[in-house]
Amino acid sequence: MLEVAAWIAGILLGLATVLVIIRIMRGPSILERAIAMDVLLAIIIAALCIDMAVGQHTNHLAFVVVACVLGFIGSVTISRYVTDRRNS
Amino acid sequence: MSAEPLTWDLIRDAVTAVCLVVGALMSFAAALGMLRFPDLLSRMHAATKPQVLGLLLLLIAVGLQIGSWAVVPLLVFAWLLQLVTAPVSAHMVSRAGYRTRHLRRDTLQRDDLDAVVRAHTEKSD
Repeated sequence: MLEVAAWIAGILLGLATVLVIIRIMRGPSILERAIAMDVLLAIIIAALCIDMAVGQHTNHLAFVVVACVLGFIGSVTISRYVTDRRNS
Repeated sequence: MSAEPLTWDLIRDAVTAVCLVVGALMSFAAALGMLRFPDLLSRMHAATKPQVLGLLLLLIAVGLQIGSWAVVPLLVFAWLLQLVTAPVSAHMVSRAGYRTRHLRRDTLQRDDLDAVVRAHTEKSD
């Protein structure tokens, strides 16, 4: 049962990765690329969690915690330095 | 999977399988929303699904399969960290997006920020 669920989840995550990368390539602004990068990081975390649940180990748990912080720092830093040049 | 009696292990595996599939479905829905929705603010709405609900389901699946109380504090910490930081980063991104006009005015129902931003830009001009 778990293997079937892992296959279905893996296929869904693969499709999601393709769609998010299309959005990263197209994205009209850098903010959209930042959000798409956040979603990509969430997909990577999801893949690691599926691997941990199916293999019954905790090898990637530290990376999951670190990745939560990394996504936050990344998007906040990018949006901090996006300013409106037309007014200044 | 043969026809075995309904044991605790079987229930645990079934709940884990459902959590895994629904958690992955959240990521897929977010990616689909990123591609289909019209502007920055609605895309942000789609993007927050896997970060909070999807992560919760996947961490529940991990906790069920590990089956030890020792990992539960770390899982709760990871989820709470995401729960605290997701609104902050969403606020920063939407603030920068509004100020740089990366949104479609015609899709907004109401705009409480318009007067504030307009007064500020007129003062600074």
